[in-house]
Amino acid sequence: MCDTCGCNVTHGNENLIRPGGKLHKTESGKEAVSVLHSLLHENDHTAQHNREHFDQHNVLAVNLMSSPGAGKTALLEATIQQLGLNSNSKIKIAVIEGDLETENDAERIRKHGVKAIQIATGSACHLDAHMIHQALHNLDLAEFDIVFIENVGNLVCPASFDLGQHQNVVLLSVPEGDDKPAKYPVMFRVADLVMISKSDLLPILDDFKPENAKRYLRDIASTAPVMEISSKDKSGMSQWINWINQQIESRKTYLEQHPVVADHSHHHHDHEEART
Amino acid sequence: MHELAICQSLMDQVENIALERNALSVTSIVIGIGPLSGVEAQLLKNAYPLASAGTIAEHAELVIEYLPIRVKCTQCDSESDALPNKLICKQCGDWRTTLISGDEMMLMSVELEKQKDVTSEAVH
Ligand SMILES: Nc1nc2c(ncn2[C@@H]2O[C@H](COP(=O)(O)OP(=O)(O)OP(=O)(O)O)[C@@H](O)[C@H]2O)c(=O)[nH]1
Ligand SMILES: [Mg+2]
Ligand SMILES: [Zn+2]
Ligand SMILES: [Zn+2]
Repeated sequence: MCDTCGCNVTHGNENLIRPGGKLHKTESGKEAVSVLHSLLHENDHTAQHNREHFDQHNVLAVNLMSSPGAGKTALLEATIQQLGLNSNSKIKIAVIEGDLETENDAERIRKHGVKAIQIATGSACHLDAHMIHQALHNLDLAEFDIVFIENVGNLVCPASFDLGQHQNVVLLSVPEGDDKPAKYPVMFRVADLVMISKSDLLPILDDFKPENAKRYLRDIASTAPVMEISSKDKSGMSQWINWINQQIESRKTYLEQHPVVADHSHHHHDHEEART
Repeated sequence: MHELAICQSLMDQVENIALERNALSVTSIVIGIGPLSGVEAQLLKNAYPLASAGTIAEHAELVIEYLPIRVKCTQCDSESDALPNKLICKQCGDWRTTLISGDEMMLMSVELEKQKDVTSEAVH
């Protein structure tokens, strides 16, 4: 087994997925090969590689996910403004934008004087690690402290693709309803932080109960903190900025304790498949 | 619909294995899917003919094993079955569990058609 690829054989599921010898009875002329690799083996490797790129430059990578229109770009714009207001904040941001057809979101970011790289995903409903790797070749990571990746608006597909981020932030906007964690458990389970966005609408759309959203998150065993935030009236903004600062700090501390090997080579990975 | 992308990634892996082992063809592919993997088995099946067309695995049977959701309680240590959006401990009802199975999307094994091994045939 290779230990870096995120293949999901664990101590707990090992006995469930290793088939009980039935693959051994192969006829002559046939060979059964036991593999036990994630279907997204390649992607997971590239993601790990991306993470090494980020780590080498002490850059925190945050993957923003949500349904379409939940307010990802608006949050990024508000964040850039907020960090700009704080004159003793020296955090340098870059944004990688995944969008189906347009450059709109990247343009919105660039208007704030922040570097934005647009990945045109075409018909793809998610970003993958290869797209991010491509984007990283157009980004001098040495210049930045944090890279936000705005994923394609979609609560299903992006959850399965590791990009090499350190943190997943999932936005749940008030108009969507508080039951989304129950309906999209795969997405909400990968969240390291859940943001109830457009919180300025809570008084109007009062069917949305933040307690309910939190209860649904507990039901899927999520330990992610939950924040309410509005890019419009800026409430919750300081909590979010604190979270960002904390993450940058803890990343730095982690990397001091686990330094990255300086020599980064695009070495060839070779895997021994387990033979039956 | 990310299942096509996942299916293509699967085919790449299968082709590599077949190539490495000088297989004539691939006869079957077994994958394991858990309900929390984010992959719809049916969509994967639908994507399969498209992704496998023209490859060494064109005629391989795609076998899907459905893996169960199992959680382990961090409070009472017991293991139990669970539903995708109800990952709580059956024993004590606590929500602080860890998933031990159910989010897999895994290539488990492939069966290859090889040149018949003359030496082992001779034993019969
Ligand atoms: N009331 C309110 N509206 C918001 C807020 N944030 C975003 N919006 C509005 O919601 C709409 C979508 O916002 P975007 O920031 O484009 O959402 P997005 O998630 O980036 O959308 P996609 O990239 O297309 O998935 C816009 O009309 C925004 O003005 C908010 O905090 N409060
Ligand atoms: Mg956007
Ligand atoms: Zn590279
Ligand atoms: Zn328990």
